[in-house]
Amino acid sequence: MPKLIRLKDGEAFEAQDLFADVADEDAIPAGPVILSLTRFQAEGDALIGAGQAVGVRIEAGESVEDLAYDLPRLALVALVFPKNTDGRAFSSASLLRQRLHYAGEVRAVGDVLRERALFMMRCGFDSFVPTDGSTPAEWAATAERYRHVYQPAQDGRTPAFAERL
Amino acid sequence: MYRYDSIDKAIVEDRAQEFRGQVSRRLTGEITEDQFKQMRLMNGLYLQLHAYMLRVAIPYGSLNSRQLRRLAHIARTFDKGYGHFTTRQNMQFHWIKLAQAPDILDSLAEVDLHAIQTSGNCIRNVTADPYAGATAEEVDDPRVWSEVLRQWSTLHPEFSFLPRKFKFAVTAAEHDRAAIRVHDIGLILHRNDEGELGFEVAVGGGQGRTPYLAPTIRQHLPAGSLLSYSQAILRVYNRHGRRDNKFKARIKILVAALGAEEFARQVEAEWARIVAEQPDADLPAIELARIRGAFTPMNFETLPPRSAAFDAAKAGDRAFARFVRNNVKVHKQAGYAVVEISLKAIGATPGDISAEQMDAVADLGERYSLDDIRVTHEQNVVLPHVKLDDVPALYAALEAAGLASANIGLISDIIACPGLDYCALANARAIPIAQSIAQHFADQDRAELIGELKIKISGCINACGHHHVGHIGILGVDKKGEEFYQLSLGGSGAEDASLASILGPALPANRVPEAVDQIVERYLALRQGEERFLDTFRRVGMAPFKEAVYAEAH
Ligand code: SF4
Repeated sequence: MPKLIRLKDGEAFEAQDLFADVADEDAIPAGPVILSLTRFQAEGDALIGAGQAVGVRIEAGESVEDLAYDLPRLALVALVFPKNTDGRAFSSASLLRQRLHYAGEVRAVGDVLRERALFMMRCGFDSFVPTDGSTPAEWAATAERYRHVYQPAQDGRTPAFAERL
Repeated sequence: MYRYDSIDKAIVEDRAQEFRGQVSRRLTGEITEDQFKQMRLMNGLYLQLHAYMLRVAIPYGSLNSRQLRRLAHIARTFDKGYGHFTTRQNMQFHWIKLAQAPDILDSLAEVDLHAIQTSGNCIRNVTADPYAGATAEEVDDPRVWSEVLRQWSTLHPEFSFLPRKFKFAVTAAEHDRAAIRVHDIGLILHRNDEGELGFEVAVGGGQGRTPYLAPTIRQHLPAGSLLSYSQAILRVYNRHGRRDNKFKARIKILVAALGAEEFARQVEAEWARIVAEQPDADLPAIELARIRGAFTPMNFETLPPRSAAFDAAKAGDRAFARFVRNNVKVHKQAGYAVVEISLKAIGATPGDISAEQMDAVADLGERYSLDDIRVTHEQNVVLPHVKLDDVPALYAALEAAGLASANIGLISDIIACPGLDYCALANARAIPIAQSIAQHFADQDRAELIGELKIKISGCINACGHHHVGHIGILGVDKKGEEFYQLSLGGSGAEDASLASILGPALPANRVPEAVDQIVERYLALRQGEERFLDTFRRVGMAPFKEAVYAEAH
């Protein structure tokens, strides 16, 4: 089982992943699941109605705006990095937090590297499935490497211009 | 010069520290070259044909003497005693050892220099008018806005993994010395009819294999909205730019595919939402004022507009008079001049500068130019604030340092990329071609007779040598393993921007200087009045030049 790192109140720790990541061709198991956007749009209502916890997996080319009305019912949103150099999920996460006011879990999945920890956390990701075997301590160390940041973002850090006041 | 505060310093130090860790993980074998590649490319470190190359950012081409001395020190200690200024106003060191790269970054950080975002698919070093703060043409100092962009784009959480690299250029003058129209975003500062400061925003210019001139998507953006509007452009690009083909991934392809109007509509819609939901998307006025105030004040003396010493030297020394004609430009302040230092001595490598020359320029900049030194995208250096009284002494010192070539803007002031001598992507060499053309036109009287003529040479289709916007552009191509050169005519990267068109079949290296000569002779025969080569070309078209180069071959 891949490691899941969660972030809470500025602390990174290893957590148990209770969610089954369900491929489109697989049957839906009992318990918490993560579905693709298409599958969620087809079957999500019924599952949620039946009391199952459902998260949605958004591919890099898909729009988080398509989830706008469903967000309050979702257990999590997983944003896919198809390659670690593909930065679309950074925009998706920012939009989820800033524009769609989503307060639930935003999970980084796919090719997720420690080197990106700072960027991910700043854009509002709060859980991560790293592909490079990072421990929570390594993850946190990378994310905290910079004592200052220039931009206001979703992590609430005070940007340089505000520190300078 | 923008003076770093403790926050700016800490960010650069933290980056150097981070890179040290990454290099040590690589050297111990904890990570593979493939994994390391992503990290080193975020720090301007490339693996080239013979060694690592480190690209140091020179934000908007602006340096002080302390920084330039440090670059000299690095050239001497870690490289072969020289550095190379690029067409992006950066400096490259071509002979770097990986194990020493962290020490270099530490050494740079001590003088507020770094290699952050000098490579990778992120927002790169911002380029600006090298005459900023010195030219009477400008409505405001573009360096202030360039610095605003530098800070905002540094480690940007959302826009550090774009489809492709992304380059801003800023000018505030009518005369475009920053090649605004061939950048991903070109910003032209102006005042509107109400007298308000704002930007004309051009998006989607670029060179490479499919060159485009950037169309204007907004005539007037209030200056204070620069960051929120940039955020909107970058967000549209980050989400919708192509990622399936690296040759189609630049924003110019997205803008061309959507059309400038539709692209502008999407940006405006995104911008409206950003402004509504993010009150802190733009810097508060107080921070804009702080950044402006952090630039060293220029305490110009009140001087008469003419200098007797300067006039006497001009009258008495023909070489000095030639230098003045070509390298000395008008300053906004009476009694001052902008002095360009050519790095294009006949036979030299365009943009190369030795450690000794860097030290010499640093000393001269400190003594004669209010400690302000600039790098141009044409690979020369500028001392922007020299008293006319001091120009003769400065000239003498430049001569002693081998830096007094009086050829700015002339046919031997050639832009060339590193080409096959260094670059792994090259098809052909660029530097020796530049040298052979410069040698062919070494006669300075003839060069002046020819007048402004910009030759730009790239060693491959990536166009780092800006051949698409050369009055004469030269592109290295590979023909069955042999180096050939395709000439094109009529490009311009200035305010009259245009893309060059191909002259005809590619030529072997030894034919290039001769072909340039044939083009030049035809131009001189056709020229009317004060026409530059570019003007004549635009008037008469390609045919006479084609004939001049290819006719006798039949
Ligand atoms: S134009 Fe080609 S050869 Fe020249 S530096 Fe760029 S990539 Fe290398």
